[in-house]
Amino acid sequence: MGASLTRAAQWTTASSATGKLEITPLNESLLKEILRFVEQFSSRHPQEAKHVFKEPLQWSTTLVASDFKTDYDINGPTVQSQEKDSEGHPLLQLSPPTISVHSFSQLSKLVQLADDKKLKEVRACLEENRDPVVKILGPSFATVLDGEDTSVLRLVDKVKQGDQATDSEVQVKLFLLLQHLDNQLLSNSLKQISQEVRLNPAVVKTEVELLKRFCSEGEKRVLKSVRYTSDYEFGNGCHTPPWRQVHGEICYLVIEPCDTETLYITCSTAGVFLNGGIKQEGEENAYERTSDMHKDLVTLLRNRSPHFAENINKQDFAVQEELPSTQKIQHVESVDAEEQGQPQRSYEHQEKNVHERARQQHTPNKPGGKKKLEPSPRWKNLGLMSPYDKAEEKKASKGSGKEKSGEVQKKMLRSDSKKKAEFSVSSLPGRQSSQKTKTPAGVVPVEDFSESSSESEEDEEQPERRPESNTDLPSEYWQIQKLVKYLKGGNQTATVIALCAMRDFNLVQETCQLAIRDVGGLEVLINLLDTEEIKCKIGSLKILRKISHNSQIRRAIADLGGLQTMVKILDSPVKDLKALAAETIANVAKFRRARRTVRQYGGIKRLVELLDCVPDSATLTAEQERDVEVARCGALALWSCSKSTRNKEAIRKAGGIPLLGRLLKSPHENMLIPVVGTLQECASERSYRIAIQTEGMIEDLVKNLSSDNDELQMHCASAIFKCAEDKRTRDLVRQYEGLQPLVSLLSKADNKQLLAATTGAIWKCSISMENVAKFQEYKALETLVGLLTEQPEEVLVNVVGALGECAQIPANRATIRKCGGIQPLVNLLTGTNQALLVNVTKAVGACATEIDNMTIIDRLDGVRLLWSLLKNPNADVQASAAWAICPCIENAKDAGEMVRSFVGGLELIVNLLKSTNKEVLASVCAAIAKIAKDKENLAVITDHGVVPMLAKLTNTTDDRLRRHLAEAVARCCMWGSNRVSFGEAGAVAPLVRYLKSKDSSVHQATAQALLQLSKDPNNCITMHENGVVKLLIGMMGSTDEILQEAAAGCVANIRRLALANDKARYG
Amino acid sequence: MVTECQHRPGRRVQIYCYPFCFANAPFIRTEMSAMNRKLIQTLAETISKQVKHFNKTEAECLIRLFNGLLGEQTVAGRAVHGLDRGKFRNILHNTFGMTDDMIMDRVFRAFDKDNDSFISVKEWIEGLSIFLRGTLDEKIKYCFHVYDLNSDGNISREEMFHMLKNSLIRQPTEEDPDEGVKDLVEITLKMMDHDHDGRLSYADFEKAVREENLLLEAFGTCLPDAKSILIFEQHAFQDPLDQ
Repeated sequence: MGASLTRAAQWTTASSATGKLEITPLNESLLKEILRFVEQFSSRHPQEAKHVFKEPLQWSTTLVASDFKTDYDINGPTVQSQEKDSEGHPLLQLSPPTISVHSFSQLSKLVQLADDKKLKEVRACLEENRDPVVKILGPSFATVLDGEDTSVLRLVDKVKQGDQATDSEVQVKLFLLLQHLDNQLLSNSLKQISQEVRLNPAVVKTEVELLKRFCSEGEKRVLKSVRYTSDYEFGNGCHTPPWRQVHGEICYLVIEPCDTETLYITCSTAGVFLNGGIKQEGEENAYERTSDMHKDLVTLLRNRSPHFAENINKQDFAVQEELPSTQKIQHVESVDAEEQGQPQRSYEHQEKNVHERARQQHTPNKPGGKKKLEPSPRWKNLGLMSPYDKAEEKKASKGSGKEKSGEVQKKMLRSDSKKKAEFSVSSLPGRQSSQKTKTPAGVVPVEDFSESSSESEEDEEQPERRPESNTDLPSEYWQIQKLVKYLKGGNQTATVIALCAMRDFNLVQETCQLAIRDVGGLEVLINLLDTEEIKCKIGSLKILRKISHNSQIRRAIADLGGLQTMVKILDSPVKDLKALAAETIANVAKFRRARRTVRQYGGIKRLVELLDCVPDSATLTAEQERDVEVARCGALALWSCSKSTRNKEAIRKAGGIPLLGRLLKSPHENMLIPVVGTLQECASERSYRIAIQTEGMIEDLVKNLSSDNDELQMHCASAIFKCAEDKRTRDLVRQYEGLQPLVSLLSKADNKQLLAATTGAIWKCSISMENVAKFQEYKALETLVGLLTEQPEEVLVNVVGALGECAQIPANRATIRKCGGIQPLVNLLTGTNQALLVNVTKAVGACATEIDNMTIIDRLDGVRLLWSLLKNPNADVQASAAWAICPCIENAKDAGEMVRSFVGGLELIVNLLKSTNKEVLASVCAAIAKIAKDKENLAVITDHGVVPMLAKLTNTTDDRLRRHLAEAVARCCMWGSNRVSFGEAGAVAPLVRYLKSKDSSVHQATAQALLQLSKDPNNCITMHENGVVKLLIGMMGSTDEILQEAAAGCVANIRRLALANDKARYG
Repeated sequence: MVTECQHRPGRRVQIYCYPFCFANAPFIRTEMSAMNRKLIQTLAETISKQVKHFNKTEAECLIRLFNGLLGEQTVAGRAVHGLDRGKFRNILHNTFGMTDDMIMDRVFRAFDKDNDSFISVKEWIEGLSIFLRGTLDEKIKYCFHVYDLNSDGNISREEMFHMLKNSLIRQPTEEDPDEGVKDLVEITLKMMDHDHDGRLSYADFEKAVREENLLLEAFGTCLPDAKSILIFEQHAFQDPLDQ
């Protein structure tokens, strides 16, 4: 609520004319702080709370009369407090939407009433009362808060004089309380801001200047000497040779502390550290860091030299007395933050401020050459002082006439800066963003810098380009900007030099990448690609190739039409150029739009043409080697492009597959990786899978499974994973002895991508039983079971899939059990990944066919878990779960009892018959057939209407469904009048037609169903009418005994009915 | 040098004077006696043994070309030792597209190994050997020689400045128009001056170029581009019988 706080708020809103508080985390924390202060005020300081404001605080509130309770006179929409001042005016008045409050006690009450709106209210109040302290304490306090505490003294004087003694005393207390709040708020803000400090040449320079002053006078001497290794200063303020500046190093210092050995120090943008001992400029091998990185010189020295650490504090205040008022001018913002209550600071804060302050205060021609460190009034004021310092400070600030003139100046400066409301004149780019955003100290440096620094020119050139983020702009930014300038305004020679210099930057670093973009370098680089100058094009592409690893840059390149140009370059006769262009395309085409652009501009065809080379001949000429490199880059680009389906098609049409097949013979990993990468990417297309198989690529893929490069192995395994859906491919993998390397790859469990691809390949390969036999031989199952826990889902899906396939062989089911695989499998039933659930249910189902396994599953309550998966929204999961339930019911002990114990379980499964998914229906019918074996359960599902539902399904033509449906019908006939019901529901005639199906398993199930149904005479008639007899007679000749028996039984029933009929008719 | 002296006397006799436009060089007809042809062949054979990148036929073609050029510049009966500066610069400019006077001058000096201000036939062929077909090593040596203006074995700051001074567009707003060039020199030194002595020794230059081939012609174009090489060779190496 203090003036300085209002200022803090204003800083963040400087840009907006409406004077609203921006919603920033800083503002929010400020508001909360204030709110807490207000809320607790009346309880903590009851006397001060009663103090009536000079002027009421007025603002538009969202509160309405109904929000107010007792202690208030409510009259329609207006509200008055019962608490009145000495003249009988109410201390709170609400006449919507305006509210005026006259005391803190009312404010406290108000915020309590406002409840969840309190933050809003505080905000509105502060927005409309820019200087609440003036209103609270009167206009005379405006200056108090702006400037010195002389006014406080005045007040204190008043108190002494005795008139209005108590009132003034309260005022002073109130004032102090408000200031205290201010200080807290400011120091909180400062904490945030000070974390953003980074070194730059100017900072280091002033710090060194300051340290140099410590080196003199005997008693106060802190250091013996401070000197640069080289006094030559470059234009950018660095003392290091240019080739070291690239590393961010600003200068090398040799500092002799009083108590320890000489320190050789490197100051770099990242911090300050000891080096290997650079005594003179040009010494090699001494540059490396030999100590920890420190924030600044003072920190480092404090760590290294106890003497320094001890004495630096004394230095702090020693100068205080001599502080001229002009110095204070520069630190307006913090003056009113004096007198606060954090006596002992953390030194961290001080240190951060040391160089900050130093930078601001240092004026080279300071008269008299003061030798001592000048503490920043700001940090002192911010409550980071020791009590001793504070005493000094007070002395210094008391009654100095000069300071008043300073005050006036200060005000002017501030109002100026407010008007400008922008900080672009500042000369220190590194500090810009942080100042801009939130620092309460932010306004101060502006004024200083605009006058002094030599770097201001650069800054002014492009002030608006500065990114809004909180990161500092590194020196690289300006160097790159300069280089771009030379790119724009140079001839070929200058351009090449600038390109090479730019390439020497650490282009992997995002700051450099974005710097190039932000200073307009991308446009120039891309324009260069359109010129005839090969060297410029090569240089430009070398940079683009590097920076296009950044996704923002990629998009920018695509937006600027870079892809089109690069595709054109693919036609160039210069091979280096082609290779570079292809490689850059490979980087850029990482997103869909770019891939489309490449295709649309004919890039795919050109890239495929690049692949044409002789990769595997033993001795390559230099020229051939270049061809190979070009092909490699082409493959890289195709790899990126192949992530789009239509590009896959385009590659195929351009004849890419045989060329890729040829490159697959290459012995070089760096060639094989993009080639196999492309192939595995494309293997999602059937045409590629066939081609991979027929062009004999499986052999090479298998061969490279044994490479020692993880990435290559991963892509090979992945390609096999995708291709092995095909039986022939699976056989080929086995024939080329690819199964063993796959199994041995399982040991590389740390590389999850590789593991996922490998297990995927194993899964698909294990669909062939011959392969499963091989896997048994290689003991793959044991390993796979071990991979059931603590693996990412993409691995689990494949592992479980493979186990599910392997478990089709009885021996393997036992193996899984013996390896302890059942429990993790059952545990996986609780997962959410649908692909995984499909595989897990399948594996569990396969395992459940073994009684011993089933015992374990039952114990783990696996059936219940399976059953609950029937509720899964995914049809595949439903079906897979239902299939898995079948063997469980078959093999579980007391299956009927178990099923009944699932509350609502039977209803659930019967209702699944409403599904439209054939697989779900088939699986559910199969499950119902198993369930219906238990009479009680059959009764329950009959009650749930299973008969009409099944009858409704009978018209299907799907053989798989028919078979299981017929089974279910057969089983369900066993209860009550279900036979009759099926007949009435019209299920009989369609069933008869099933006998015409080509699938013999359908015949068996159908015959059994008909046998059951034929026990009802009406059904017999229907059957007979539908010509069942002839069909059944045919079935009776089957080799399948069950079918024979059922068919014969059915015919017998029909015949018996006819006989009975005859008998009845003819007696 | 011996070979040259032997053949020099005959030259004026062999060569007819044609108005010269280099692009038309292949069309120069040298009607030579069988004797002269024999002389040329012998010379070509000797030279092709000494010069790496040309075979005998190519050397012969280049000798003919040289003779053609030489004939053209014969003025007022003065004895001519070889191509003079102006002539050579014309070739560089018209055929190889070079524009920088100073660099062309330096290229001339690089060709003119004996410093007699004329390029003899041997110097011509030796020079072209690097110019057209030089290996990277040869080109590095050649370029360094070109850029080392005072031939003291180092490329100094001043020399760089001299060579780069026209490489940037002058911004009228700039206070010091040379500032950019100076900066460019510093940038170049930063990249190439590996021993940090503020100048480029041959070792510096070689190392930098090997790391980044683009720096071969760091201080100005002194080698022809691929296209003009192709055109030149097409014209120059046509079978003499076709001519």
